[in-house]
Amino acid sequence: MKYKLKRQLTEKLIELLLFLAAASSVLITFFIVYTLVTEAFPFFKEVGLRDFLFETEWTPLFENAKYGIAALVSGTLLTTTIALCVALPFGVITAVFLSEYASARVREFTKPLLELLAAVPTVVYGYFAMLLVTPFLQKIFPDLSGFNALSAGLVMGIMIVPYVSSLSEDAMRAVPLSLREGSLALGASKFQTSFRVVIPSAFSGIASAFVLAISRAVGETMVVAIAAGLEPKFGFNPFGPTETLTAYIVQVSQGDLPQGSVGYRTIYVCGIVLLLFTLTFNIIGQTIRHRMEKKVK
Amino acid sequence: MADKTNARVLQQIRFLKAQDVVFFFVGLIVLCGAFLILITLILDMAQTGIPRLNQEFFFNFPSRFAARAGIYAAWVGSLCVVLVTALLAIPLGVATGVYLEEYASKGWISRIIELNILNLAGVPSIIYGIMALSLFVYQFGLKQSILTAGMTLGLLILPIIIVTTREAIRTIPNHIREASYALGATKWQTVSNHILPYSFGGIMTGVVIALSRAIGETAPLLAVGAVAFIAFLPTPPVMTEAPFVSFQWLMDSYTVLPIQMFNWISRPQEEFHVNAAAAGIVLLTMTLVLNTLAILIRYRFRKKYKW
Amino acid sequence: MVKNIKAEVKNLTFSYDKAAPRPVLNSVSLPVFENSVTALIGPSGCGKSTLLRCFNRMHDLYGAVKYEGKIILQPSGFDILSNEVDPLEVRMKVGMVFQKPNPFPKSIYENVAYGLRIRGIKKKSYIDDKVEDSLKKAGLWREVNDRLKASASALSGGQQQRLCIARALATEPELLLLDEPTSALDPISTAHIEELVGELKKAVTILMVTHNLHQAGRASDFTAFMYLGDLIEFGESSQVFTNPKEEKTENYITGRFG
Repeated sequence: MKYKLKRQLTEKLIELLLFLAAASSVLITFFIVYTLVTEAFPFFKEVGLRDFLFETEWTPLFENAKYGIAALVSGTLLTTTIALCVALPFGVITAVFLSEYASARVREFTKPLLELLAAVPTVVYGYFAMLLVTPFLQKIFPDLSGFNALSAGLVMGIMIVPYVSSLSEDAMRAVPLSLREGSLALGASKFQTSFRVVIPSAFSGIASAFVLAISRAVGETMVVAIAAGLEPKFGFNPFGPTETLTAYIVQVSQGDLPQGSVGYRTIYVCGIVLLLFTLTFNIIGQTIRHRMEKKVK
Repeated sequence: MADKTNARVLQQIRFLKAQDVVFFFVGLIVLCGAFLILITLILDMAQTGIPRLNQEFFFNFPSRFAARAGIYAAWVGSLCVVLVTALLAIPLGVATGVYLEEYASKGWISRIIELNILNLAGVPSIIYGIMALSLFVYQFGLKQSILTAGMTLGLLILPIIIVTTREAIRTIPNHIREASYALGATKWQTVSNHILPYSFGGIMTGVVIALSRAIGETAPLLAVGAVAFIAFLPTPPVMTEAPFVSFQWLMDSYTVLPIQMFNWISRPQEEFHVNAAAAGIVLLTMTLVLNTLAILIRYRFRKKYKW
Repeated sequence: MVKNIKAEVKNLTFSYDKAAPRPVLNSVSLPVFENSVTALIGPSGCGKSTLLRCFNRMHDLYGAVKYEGKIILQPSGFDILSNEVDPLEVRMKVGMVFQKPNPFPKSIYENVAYGLRIRGIKKKSYIDDKVEDSLKKAGLWREVNDRLKASASALSGGQQQRLCIARALATEPELLLLDEPTSALDPISTAHIEELVGELKKAVTILMVTHNLHQAGRASDFTAFMYLGDLIEFGESSQVFTNPKEEKTENYITGRFG
């Protein structure tokens, strides 16, 4: 009898411990939101929302400080767009190739290699962008400045190809064989079947891969901090320097940063904007994916 | 007439066949192209960096003179930080994974936890950094210490460990659990005697990948204020006199490899870029070795258990 | 009534794996008569589906396979199994309907138009006519003519299968293959399809695999009984079912095995 009680007690205790572990992950989210909001709050008391949104200059550390977030947002959008121009076509072509054309052996060999591509530290990608890709591109575009959005965006694009391709490939492989057979039996070629039946059928999966890739590109830090320059500029010139939300945080963090200083507060402001962007894209991506999984069942 | 239609069909088939072949090669070129670009970049970096890889480089502290600077503090710091990260993230992550797969009822609480983890996985790493700056550095008063860095990265990789743990557990078929329960085992006995051992390979794969991510992570540590110029090692954990063990190293300042590399890249002098390339090679080797290890573990365990 | 031969199987031997001791199809010879329904019956594993899938070279999709023998389409004398013939060309001439309805996740209209579009046909009025015509032949027009742009997945199982038939008819195949077309359907939809098959044979020659002996008896003109890769008996359905020549056939249709 005593043994049974002890056994039950241990079971309950272990379950409680495991539950606490799981619940702690919610605590992390809470702390993220809490710190961002409380640290950034004083900022919005001083700077009006109108200046924040419609001013086009971001010079918080200058004497005549301006707080136009649009400068950093435009930099972020610029590098993200360049990255997507590489990652989306390359990712989808890779996914179609692996899912529809490649043999099982090629696939088994390639997938881990693609994972390795995603495992290279981002600071190393930053090195590539600044010291190898930029000099190379300068041979093609002599006007390209030493720090520029173009090479940072291109390298970031290569970096996120594996994300796009692996999620898209999963979605394509989930398309039932019977649909492919139906198309091929009508005399369609592999290419026609891939692009007219498989891709449309896997559309939501591919779309969610795109959205998650956007979110990654927006949040990527080191490549842009190293190679894109640290000049907040409103505009979309890929050949000149620019600054993203993430790069600004890095730039300011490298100096001395006492709690409550202007620089300190602005990084939390940028953090909030960044989190809003990525969270929106993540939620959209997950919703599409969730819907797809339901549909497949 | 029939001949004419037939000729048209044959012509179209030739076109379709050609299209298929062309796309096959486009795919192949894109795939190989991505690898080729990466390999070229790595080789270029290696060419610059490998001549710097000598004993002094590994056992020198940073210096104003590029030729004398080394990564001693950096690699020791990386190891210390990753140790803290692992101690925090592995138990927490595996426990969460086990709870969600084996214990949680499909109610709203587990829904919230699940959604939360999905979203945490998408939060940019730098956000973890500024959260840690406010929370660990200032509110907990832990300063720019190894403990702060380790905990920051621990939280960052937690979602990876949780997700892979859950995937590993999910591959275990239900009849294994039923067999254990049928013998009178409790839930925890089932988990500890069957679920965890059988999913060990999958969990380890995730852990190794997550730790390799932690080793390469730069941005959040920059945000919590890691400094590159550290000319000393952390306090040794073992002392000659009582109480013989010391946790002072947890509170010491540190630098890590990616920060050291970033610092060298950011300098205008080219000699430091050579150092950066050398540090890059070391960093790349570490992450590639860890990832290959992960692939091997997965491969072995897939062979061991076939359900 | 003397019928013309539409297709002729000559000494067809086929195996998936060359090392296999016994081929899946063992020197099968069989005529398929024009404008009639030929049913392939036999216990599972007898090779009836394998034989059907030789007619549009579906096996070629899954690795290198070797066919020995011929399948000749008449009157052109086109050898389906010839090495010089591309499977694409075969599939443009021979339509197929599968066990489970497999409409594409597109609109009803686009499903039927698909075969025309992949043949490079762009003329809208022609496609419109063909879609209407095919849906009418498949007996689906009345049910869907007001919602051609609706998604095909909203249709019932039986409607989906008739849509798949319409999809195959739109490209005017010389031969239509039905692979157990009613095995996933309810009895009423099954009756619909059987009735439809009787109508369709006026326009196209049909070869049908079925696991349902009553269906073979009701819906077909000719029946071929297969067993372990051999063709045991072929004849008019009325004869095969009432007065089989072979003992194995009799045992099978009287339910002694299978």
